[in-house]
Amino acid sequence: MSRKLLLKNDHIQGINTLKTYKENGGYSVLEKALKGMSPDAIVEEVKKSGLRGRGGAGFPTGMKWSFLAKPEGVPRYLVCNADESEPGTFKDRYLMERIPHLLVEGMILSSFALGANTSYIYIRGEYFYVSRILEQAIEEAYQAGYLGKNILGTGFDLDLYVQVGAGAYICGEETALLESLEGKRGNPRIKPPFPAVAGLYGCPTVVNNVETIAAVVPIIEMGGDEYAKIGIGKSTGTKLISASGHINKPGVYEIELGLPVEEFIFSEEWCGGIKGGRKLKAVVAGGSSVPILPADLILKTANGEPRLMSYESLGEGGFVTGTMLGSGGFIVMDEDTSIVKNLYTFSRFYHHESCGQCSPCREGTGWMERILKKILDGRGSLADIDLLWDIQSKIEGKTICPLGEAAAWPVAAAIRHFRPEFEAYVTNPDSIKDIKHYYRLKN
Amino acid sequence: MPKITIDDIPIEVPEGTTILQAARMIGGDIVPPAMCYYSKLETSGGYCRTCIVKVEQGSAKDPRPMPKPVASCRTTVMDGMVVRNITSPENLEARAGVVEFLLLNHPLDCPVCDQAGECHLQDLSYEHGKEATRNEFERREYDPIDIGDKIKLHMNRCILCYRCVKVADQLTDGRCHGVINRGEHAEISTYIEKAIDNDFSGNMIDVCPVGALTDRTFRFKSRVWFTKPVDAHRNCDKCCGKVRLWNQGEEVLRVTARKDQWGEVEDNDDGSTAWICNECRFEKKNLSDWTIEGPSDISRHSVISANHYETLRSIQTNTLKMMGAKPHGVKVELGEGALDPNNQK
Repeated sequence: MSRKLLLKNDHIQGINTLKTYKENGGYSVLEKALKGMSPDAIVEEVKKSGLRGRGGAGFPTGMKWSFLAKPEGVPRYLVCNADESEPGTFKDRYLMERIPHLLVEGMILSSFALGANTSYIYIRGEYFYVSRILEQAIEEAYQAGYLGKNILGTGFDLDLYVQVGAGAYICGEETALLESLEGKRGNPRIKPPFPAVAGLYGCPTVVNNVETIAAVVPIIEMGGDEYAKIGIGKSTGTKLISASGHINKPGVYEIELGLPVEEFIFSEEWCGGIKGGRKLKAVVAGGSSVPILPADLILKTANGEPRLMSYESLGEGGFVTGTMLGSGGFIVMDEDTSIVKNLYTFSRFYHHESCGQCSPCREGTGWMERILKKILDGRGSLADIDLLWDIQSKIEGKTICPLGEAAAWPVAAAIRHFRPEFEAYVTNPDSIKDIKHYYRLKN
Repeated sequence: MPKITIDDIPIEVPEGTTILQAARMIGGDIVPPAMCYYSKLETSGGYCRTCIVKVEQGSAKDPRPMPKPVASCRTTVMDGMVVRNITSPENLEARAGVVEFLLLNHPLDCPVCDQAGECHLQDLSYEHGKEATRNEFERREYDPIDIGDKIKLHMNRCILCYRCVKVADQLTDGRCHGVINRGEHAEISTYIEKAIDNDFSGNMIDVCPVGALTDRTFRFKSRVWFTKPVDAHRNCDKCCGKVRLWNQGEEVLRVTARKDQWGEVEDNDDGSTAWICNECRFEKKNLSDWTIEGPSDISRHSVISANHYETLRSIQTNTLKMMGAKPHGVKVELGEGALDPNNQK
């Protein structure tokens, strides 16, 4: 059985209440840290742990925290990004739904470490019922004296608020999130300045994912060095994976980073293999925006080594033969899946969610969707496939925020790895009625 | 002061200068085009992506290249920065892509658009775009609406540069228009059927780089290249009163603010921007209202007024002549005088 740090108590009945959470060791880490550790010591432990941002980019959290500007007389903010909107990702929802106090405890610990006296949890609109659960937990924490003025007699004050967004994917981008939190239109800001210097209301701000903040609790509990021993190389600790698609046991799993992908998909402990004994066709390993990989490349890297669930191993080979761990939205597709149809679904999503601020993404995402629709309807031409490739290359890297890349990467990867299937839609629409024919075709 | 090179041209600029401003100090072909950036409006720029440049070396301290093209209007220079604009073919290709995106849903209704002849999108597509679009889908359409009694909004032509929103924010009180909806459906609109009504709203027309916001008192009166611009002033208690009149004979067809070579409203002597009020712009349409200073020194950079098409044709013809071909082998076959701006037939 793999080691669990975040979800070790998720099976306990009533763990969402303060009473049960405390009975199972909850808030003991907070008491220990607030009374016995300095803020800098906490930051130091997080640095030592090698914890990397769990929202998708994988930036070292300790380093992000140490970048926070600390001018005199200016408030600092900690904002928790709970706008989990990446298709295929649902780990934060599970965590907040089951163990809301873990996030609250992590928020208090992190705010103490960063010297923030006001902190926010920005949660996506569709998670309205989760916000109720969080608010309930925060209310309990206030009553128990973990929040408010002079927490546990240490002189540290903290107010924690939950803000519900209006359900825009773009508000998961940290600067758009801050704009939205300020009550403005959720358009990403141009960086620099980075939020660490001028974030919420122009003050230094740290924005972290739910899972990242929750992971601070076990890190302080066990010590940064001990946490760093879990995992492999620079991918330390455990990671929540939202497994979905054609697998026998979809769900949220906590894995130690470094687990082989093959074991994760096929072992009974995890996903339990492909449904109905069908063959694995492709995997989107880290949420809809990361490049899709065909079965042979997701199980083994281009030079034949087994692919592991870690930032480095999944990224090996760049985008030509690799992908990204991203936010851990692990979407498995079997041999009956049409990659073109799947891509159309993704493209439609990015078209719908583009904020419209910069031109390549505003115009290009809709254009790609229309071309894919045309190909799907059997009205496409071979030139359309090249056009798609050209459009994605002109969006990627030309936009203010990473939504441009998020829209371009899936298109690029699908064409790169599954071009014959696209061509079949154009040249021989009858053949794709049984998509299995295209299982073994490669470029 | 930081020293940088843009397309191999070295220049020393004050701290905090953006790449685009540095390029404008050098001038000439290396200046990246800017559709949304407006130096007189704070926080403008960064949206249209036409001004992207390649940064080959970030600074003397950190010589790594920047991983992506950067918006030159919003990127400040660092000492030792090496920037490539027109000397980087991939940058030009990327810009051509941006131009294609901007034109993807543009109606190309230049023949009936009041902005034609002084339109930045016309210039941009001519100078940086490709000759044809690859878009075969229906373009998005909106009905033209009146926002306020003097301004017409053609949302079809809008490129969402946000300049007019920033004018309303920074020049007037109580902005009542902005961008509604998201993504492709984003549009400029007023707050639920509200009309824009304040003394400086007309400046939105001046900052609009395309024909999305036009002057209703000038609509369909004349093509701009048939008007004679003169600089004039009057004593106005609301604004500086320094304007440009666009006349035809004795008739004042249009009044605008004075613009510089970048298409931006000029500065007053005291350094403030010479925005003009709606009274000067819309009400004072008699020559007797004004003291004429003399003909305007305007940059005839526009593709139509500078006879770009004509020049292109003569270059093609001459090249073909030199190659021994007959002039009628020219690809562009147009009627006699069709491109002559003075041809009124």
